[in-house]
Amino acid sequence: MSTPTNVSSGLSSGSIASGTVVAERPTDAAATDVPTLRLTDLRTTFSSRGLKVAAVRGVDLDLRPGEITVLLGESGSGKSVTAKSVMRLYGGYASITGKAELEGRDLLTMSRSEILAVRGADVALVPQDPTAALDPLRRIGAQMIEVLRLHKAVPNKAAAKARALELLDIVGIPDPPRVFRSFPHELSGGMRQRAVIAIAVSCDPKVLIADEPTTALDVTVQAQILDLFLSLVKRLQSAVLLVTHDVGVAREVGDRVGVMYAGRIVEYGPAAEVLDNPRHPYTRALLDSMPTPEVARGDLRSITGQPPVSGQLPPGCAFHPRCPSCFAPCPDVDPELVDAGPGRLAACHLLTAADVPVTLAHSAPGGDR
Amino acid sequence: MTLTQTATATDPGVIPEAPLLVANDLVKTFGNGVRAVDGVSLQVHRGETVGLVGESGCGKSTTAKMILRLLAPDSGTIRIDDVDLTNLRGKAMRRLRARLQLVPQNPQTSFNPRLSIRSSIDFNLRAHHVARAERGPRVLEALERVGMPAAYAERFPHELSGGQLQRAAIARALVTKPDLIVCDEAVSALDKSIQAQVLNLLFGLQRDLGVAYLFISHDLSVVEHLSDRVVVMYLGRVVEEATSKELWEDPRHPYAEALLSAAPNSGRARIVLSGDPPSPVDPPSGCAFRTRCPVALERCAEARPPLVISEGRHLVACVNQERVSEPVPV
Repeated sequence: MSTPTNVSSGLSSGSIASGTVVAERPTDAAATDVPTLRLTDLRTTFSSRGLKVAAVRGVDLDLRPGEITVLLGESGSGKSVTAKSVMRLYGGYASITGKAELEGRDLLTMSRSEILAVRGADVALVPQDPTAALDPLRRIGAQMIEVLRLHKAVPNKAAAKARALELLDIVGIPDPPRVFRSFPHELSGGMRQRAVIAIAVSCDPKVLIADEPTTALDVTVQAQILDLFLSLVKRLQSAVLLVTHDVGVAREVGDRVGVMYAGRIVEYGPAAEVLDNPRHPYTRALLDSMPTPEVARGDLRSITGQPPVSGQLPPGCAFHPRCPSCFAPCPDVDPELVDAGPGRLAACHLLTAADVPVTLAHSAPGGDR
Repeated sequence: MTLTQTATATDPGVIPEAPLLVANDLVKTFGNGVRAVDGVSLQVHRGETVGLVGESGCGKSTTAKMILRLLAPDSGTIRIDDVDLTNLRGKAMRRLRARLQLVPQNPQTSFNPRLSIRSSIDFNLRAHHVARAERGPRVLEALERVGMPAAYAERFPHELSGGQLQRAAIARALVTKPDLIVCDEAVSALDKSIQAQVLNLLFGLQRDLGVAYLFISHDLSVVEHLSDRVVVMYLGRVVEEATSKELWEDPRHPYAEALLSAAPNSGRARIVLSGDPPSPVDPPSGCAFRTRCPVALERCAEARPPLVISEGRHLVACVNQERVSEPVPV
């Protein structure tokens, strides 16, 4: 097909722009193309009143420097849980298994003091709602200095202030000294999100996790924040995991995209290729359900039924009850991720079955009225 | 009158003469000095969908609340057919409310968690003094209309998914046989796959029942899909009004252009506006958009541009005819 849209450069100069094929990753850790963060069979299970809910069911993912990997999915698909599990933000509430290796060190087995040192420094989070993320009673400047001092990124308080002002400038805030002195409520939503991003990047994180960073913002401000994000990633060469439900955002900023459904990645590959030429019926159906000028009113190709509830997943492929291409093995066997083109993976029996009765079908127009 | 006979035929494209709803020059200033709505006029015809788009704080929800008379306008008038409801009170207003219903954004908070779906929908009929014997069948008919099995009537809100609950909210609005339903971000909280189901449902109901929608959303691709005409608001004012096809293919106001370019399927290069929307407490002089406008002129600061006819029924409030980007060839 084509070479993956790998923008890797900077930190790993001269690295081979090979496709990130999770199934065929090199076993030798000293290989030139080492991911910054590697998730291996990540599983997160919540327990409540004796009921076990598997929110993430085996995610493999490699994040590389300077590259934005998008986790795309609908609510309840496990995309946010994946992101938060990596940072171990669930404390004792969830059982997390598998590996999340930051340059070879497993975040999941680190001691409390080790993970505290990593969080906010090596692995930083940009949450969805900047209003909830900032302390309403403290000035932006104080909240920035706290992080810089905590991770000893600066030698003293004066240097911390200088660095904070510099960071506010980097994220495109027009009057850094004023914002430095401001309380969160004195700023607009877009400015607040810029301040949160400034805090997230303040210690030059190797991995930046952004959980729906533009969802709470207005459309025109969203465009600004996405631009900022792209320029920061280029500058810092961080490996970015961006969680979103918005196909438009995934298409615009994603280098690679992992489409999640019911706690698993069902399709993975270079963003443009996955979104232009999906190989999994769920990805296809998700794209088909978007309203476009070409679709007549009332004729949207909706996905029938409801997304499954975690803890009550159907047997076999979790998507089979809603899948227009469902055939014999689907209700019984959960398909593995298999090769679906250069650098691409998909988990669908259509790709492996010898005698496929149906091709990747479009869902029925106006199907569910 | 049964649910199927509430309105006249609605051949799309053929707009009947007299509008169903006429809102004229609505103004609303809140106590803190925020002029949320500053002279908004709009019309909705029978069986028509009018989309109202804009960013948060542009006054689209305040406009809707005034039309529903959940807020009293400071000035301006609202008429439904020949009834002036601007100053209607008490029983007369309540009677009229049966014709004007709302589907709110978040069904989780708009349903009483301790009432079954049946009771919630029934409540709306009781409020309009519908006889008990008539209520039961009408609740079930409304649920059937939105594609919900009768068994769901006995369920409670927490037992339904977001999409199902939004169907129930539509049933609750339909049950009084309204002429106009105001959908305030009615599909924004839903996942895309479910959103498509609900949009198809809304269109099917309009085709079958002839109900008109005032469809409020910040998502232009959704509005474009469902609406006959679209009204674009910015900071309390209407900046552009056109048929949804015209707006999609040839937006005239720079703000509408930018908004449209941000829609995922617009096929346009994204126009990134600088700055944030200004505060409605202290709006800029002249054109409220000039502080972020890529093609602003000096005279934009002087006077507020009137909403004028640009072509046919395409209305634009901009003095500069220069486009930010090239129109998409049709």
